[in-house]
Amino acid sequence: MNHTLDITKEHCPMTFVKTKLELAKLQKGEILEVLLSEGEPLNNVPRSATEQGFEVLSIEHVEGTTHKVTIKK
Amino acid sequence: MAEINSLDNQKKLSLIAFSGDFDKLTAVFTLATGAAAVGYEVNIFFTFWGLDAIKQKKGRSFIGGNWLTKIFGFMMGGISKAPNSRFNFFGIGPKIFRYLMKKNNVATLEELVDAAIALNVNIYACEMAMHILGLQKGDFIHELKDVLGVSTFLDISKGGQTLFI
Repeated sequence: MNHTLDITKEHCPMTFVKTKLELAKLQKGEILEVLLSEGEPLNNVPRSATEQGFEVLSIEHVEGTTHKVTIKK
Repeated sequence: MAEINSLDNQKKLSLIAFSGDFDKLTAVFTLATGAAAVGYEVNIFFTFWGLDAIKQKKGRSFIGGNWLTKIFGFMMGGISKAPNSRFNFFGIGPKIFRYLMKKNNVATLEELVDAAIALNVNIYACEMAMHILGLQKGDFIHELKDVLGVSTFLDISKGGQTLFI
């Protein structure tokens, strides 16, 4: 089952906080698609997810400054 | 804000929350939630004015062991009455900050506290400051993990980064 989280309107530290709390709700093997903005969120959300043992499957440009990061728990 | 000690490559952040100021508490909880969200173990040791942030009663209340500490408790207020360290303007400053934070979609102090709890940040209270102010463990939020002295806090924070705010 895929889950989606939009943090394009969030700012530090809630970008990380909301991603972390959403990932905590997932079962192992489930996918989370995170919509986020360029800059701090795009640079660090995928990196911190990887550091915490999650698998970043893809990073795609959606439109404008919005990107989609797909993370597997 | 001064760094007391640091060791690289340690995923642990310990904060000594001494100030009860709105802006400094916002810094405490911003650092705490940000670090916890990226995988750090986070400990916050609340002491003196900082204890205001974790009281069960969010506004002004006569909490204390005797008439003197009760008056003191009332004057300190709670997290909803936290003053700014600068530009307080008799309490209008924090209201303006809260308005600007909401307007700009930045987490408010109360939202950051809730996030810290959700992220299992370890919350500790200073035994000595509690004793002076006549406060009991029951005066604080249920998420208070323990009441500590300096020695235990130093042991808990050992091997990570420690900040005094």
